[in-house]
Amino acid sequence: MERRELICISCPMGCPLTVELEGQEIVNITGYTCKRGEVYGRKEVTNPTRIVTSTVKVEGGKSDMVSVKTREDIPKDKISECVKALKGITVKAPVRIGDVILSNVAGTGVDIVATKEV
Amino acid sequence: MYDVIIIGAGVSGSAVARELSRYKVNACVLEKEEDVCCGTSKANSAIIHAGYDAAEGSLMAKLNVEGNQIMPELSKELDIPFEQCGSLVVCLDEASLPNLQALYDRGVKNGVEDLEIITDKARIREMEPNLTDEVVAVLSAPTAGIVCPFHLNIALAENAYTNGIDFKFDTEVESIEPIEGGWKLETSQGVYETRYVVNAAGVYADRFHNMVSESKIHITPRRGDYFLLDKNAGKHVNRTIFALPSKYGKGVLVTPTVHGNLIIGPTAVDIEDKEGTATVREGLDELSKASLNVKNLPMRQVITSFAGLRAHEDHHEFIIRELEDAPGFVDCAGIESPGLTSSPAIGKMVAEILREKLDLDVNPDFNGTRKGNIDLDTLSKEEKAALIEKEPAYGNIICRCEMVTEGELLDAIHRPLGARTLDGIKRRTRAGAGRCQAGFCTPKTMEILHRELGIPMTEITKSGGDSQLLVGYNKDRI
Amino acid sequence: MKKYDIVIIGGGPAGLAAAIAARDNGSESILILERDKELGGILNQCIHNGFGLHTFKEELTGPEYAARFTEQVEKYKIEYVLNTMVIEISPEKVVTAMNREEGLFDIQAKAIILAMGCRERSRGALNIPGYRPAGIFSAGTAQRLVNMEGFMPGREVVILGSGDIGLIMARRLTLEGAKVKVVAEIMPYSGGLKRNIVQCLDDYGIPLKLSHTVIEIRGKERLEGITLAAVDDRGKPIAGTEEEYSCDTLLLSVGLIPENELSGAMGVVMNPVTSGPIVNESLETNVEGVFACGNVLHVHDLVDFVSEEAAAAGKNASNYVKIGAQKPNGREIILEGTDGVRYTVPSTINPERMEATQIVRFRVGNVYKNCYIGVYFNDERVLHRKRMVMAPGEMEEIKLEKEKLLLHPDIDRITIRVEEA
Repeated sequence: MERRELICISCPMGCPLTVELEGQEIVNITGYTCKRGEVYGRKEVTNPTRIVTSTVKVEGGKSDMVSVKTREDIPKDKISECVKALKGITVKAPVRIGDVILSNVAGTGVDIVATKEV
Repeated sequence: MYDVIIIGAGVSGSAVARELSRYKVNACVLEKEEDVCCGTSKANSAIIHAGYDAAEGSLMAKLNVEGNQIMPELSKELDIPFEQCGSLVVCLDEASLPNLQALYDRGVKNGVEDLEIITDKARIREMEPNLTDEVVAVLSAPTAGIVCPFHLNIALAENAYTNGIDFKFDTEVESIEPIEGGWKLETSQGVYETRYVVNAAGVYADRFHNMVSESKIHITPRRGDYFLLDKNAGKHVNRTIFALPSKYGKGVLVTPTVHGNLIIGPTAVDIEDKEGTATVREGLDELSKASLNVKNLPMRQVITSFAGLRAHEDHHEFIIRELEDAPGFVDCAGIESPGLTSSPAIGKMVAEILREKLDLDVNPDFNGTRKGNIDLDTLSKEEKAALIEKEPAYGNIICRCEMVTEGELLDAIHRPLGARTLDGIKRRTRAGAGRCQAGFCTPKTMEILHRELGIPMTEITKSGGDSQLLVGYNKDRI
Repeated sequence: MKKYDIVIIGGGPAGLAAAIAARDNGSESILILERDKELGGILNQCIHNGFGLHTFKEELTGPEYAARFTEQVEKYKIEYVLNTMVIEISPEKVVTAMNREEGLFDIQAKAIILAMGCRERSRGALNIPGYRPAGIFSAGTAQRLVNMEGFMPGREVVILGSGDIGLIMARRLTLEGAKVKVVAEIMPYSGGLKRNIVQCLDDYGIPLKLSHTVIEIRGKERLEGITLAAVDDRGKPIAGTEEEYSCDTLLLSVGLIPENELSGAMGVVMNPVTSGPIVNESLETNVEGVFACGNVLHVHDLVDFVSEEAAAAGKNASNYVKIGAQKPNGREIILEGTDGVRYTVPSTINPERMEATQIVRFRVGNVYKNCYIGVYFNDERVLHRKRMVMAPGEMEEIKLEKEKLLLHPDIDRITIRVEEA
């Protein structure tokens, strides 16, 4: 049986979790203080995901860059592909929060959306 | 062929250039860095010494006292900040009183006025409440003062330039050879020919002297580390406070600066490396010696530290003369303390040598008055409002620690010999010299340099050369 | 001279929340003075997420969090000016400000809310010896250059300071193509949130060296390298532990200092522990009608608490204008932190003036495991709360009930301390 110690990153509390695995199957999770912690613990050992935030260039706006994010979390091992996909992208102002900058980034099915108005 | 080439745009070279510009002359200053005031001139105690420290009868003493006397008027002509705050040399024990007396006597012989030895502790306490309780006596020199070395150097250079002297930057002299009628200088930017050379190359002056003369000189860079403290500490002392000097120099002093900060320093460490302006741990630690003379130093108010190199010649004396075995080559070497103080007098002395040797005529268009950057602090509320109405850039604050406006930055960039780097902006306007040490204003200052001079953001430097701040664009290496 | 009931210095998260709360409380005459070209303050460059879990029960990026407040300010038509720097505030509450369009102008305020935020500590304050090359940035300045202007400050990075800004920038620079070699932290514990250690360092294999600091800087024109050394429990470098790293960039995340130049100059008394104003339960400083909130009062970790604190300040400022200065009837209970509690905000409570519930925020000075927070009314312990972990990097709070304080008129001192058992 394998024991993995993790810190939950769902919120700033950072509860320490312990996940017990038999092979690939999760046998037990302890340490969480809310539902999100349990969900995170499960996910992190089977299919770790992250929200990715970045910036892209803007043309014609009052700022040169607009901040963006993946609308949902994407698999951790897709992070660098996701960032690469943003290289070279320039959007034209006006940009609204939630505007899709790039759909289905790195084949994850998740869109990149703007998080700032420019 | 030039009449005169001056090597070095520090305070000595710039003072020579300015005095020379009183005459009709075809002259040029060659500076290896990207701006004036990049060597010793930008990293010193900023003190206008009274003149009791230099050896009696020495050239140092003569030019110190002369420079001290010139400074009040000069500071008005050049529109630079100068304050005659006075200095105290602190004596901590009875046994050292003869040394203090010796300074006094020497000062009197050197022509320093108003010197006084004070033993009345109550009076000393009133003058300087933060002086150590161990003080036994002080030597008071009311003619000592503080200046901004950047402003002095820059103003001298600007005035020289406006009056017709050329300045070439990023131009490093590599060799000097005698030719018919003068000298050939090979530099990093090509060949120059001139009838006369003035060697004002600071710590490198021995290098150039020894290229042309059999009688060698030797300059040792003598490093001084300093602390600069926040303006909150600026009133900790009212005068420059000196320790009794030793054979290594004037000791660790504590002084207000003309901008309202406090400086503690320097150490005195002889090194080999003529570019060795890095501070070192031992040096910074040694500065705690200052507490021997001044109590309750607010060390938590240190905002930065720096080091400068004094050009110490083996014989500890200014070498200012045309060389006997190299006619046409004028040394302005070994300009260590009291170099800053003496600079106006050095300028006059060298200019006089050149005037005589080259039989120069007076320049009827010479204008010795130079208007500096507008300092908003000196304006009344109404004057500020009127200025911003006329030029809105003065209403846009770039450096919030020192309250420097965009208008002042634009002035610093567009005036003669204007700023092209972040350090150039800092020395002319004080933007970046405050307590956050350019954390806030850097992006804004860079943007302004980029906009005004067309320099790409990734090419803007802190201090010329390879000191770019930015390496590229987001994701450019992905 | 312009006149406003409430003038708010700073349009960042504190200023925005204060303005909205003041309007919600009925104040109409409000003016926000902001020095940047847009509202939102430091949140505009905090493009990462983690904001809003408490306030909105959602995880938002900095700009999104700011937008919730700026949208409300626009909806309420609360007045604000941008690109405007406040030069001076007089003890009579005349605010002098400056911008290109209007030049220098004065505003007479009835109440002032200080919301200027904080600045970063620089290398100079650390006395790291060496040259002064280009390539040394405070983390926030680097963040602005990368996130707002799109420039890379360097290729090979060392970060000093494991506060959240340093951790966030470790990830940010890595994602933009730089190599972050190490994060060094002089204390034996990290100053940032544990979640940031995971998602900014662990995720990218960036090592964290606790009890280490930079002892030397190399490179004359541009940074070429630094030397790390381990430190002892007094923070002094241990000989023989030196390690050289080549790098072209050093990011400093070594502390935030509330920006109280304006406050000090007008006679506001500071708490030397927080470097922010000493305030009473209404978040009012010693100058009547001048309130403080957000990072200028004390450095926060979560913007959600900034918004909460600022809303209280906004409401109190609004009440001050409506009702006037409250007569100091009743006692001023002194609040203090001892035995591990470094400070409390507020410093005093007047039970007659306080709201039904008063939040008291504080920080501990060390990492404490399996300890208790003890709250004492005079010498009597009234709260004994177990805490698994407390750290200097995580602000704590307790709540005090007005009812209870009024019931015990003999209480003149409330003490908060860390207790072993």
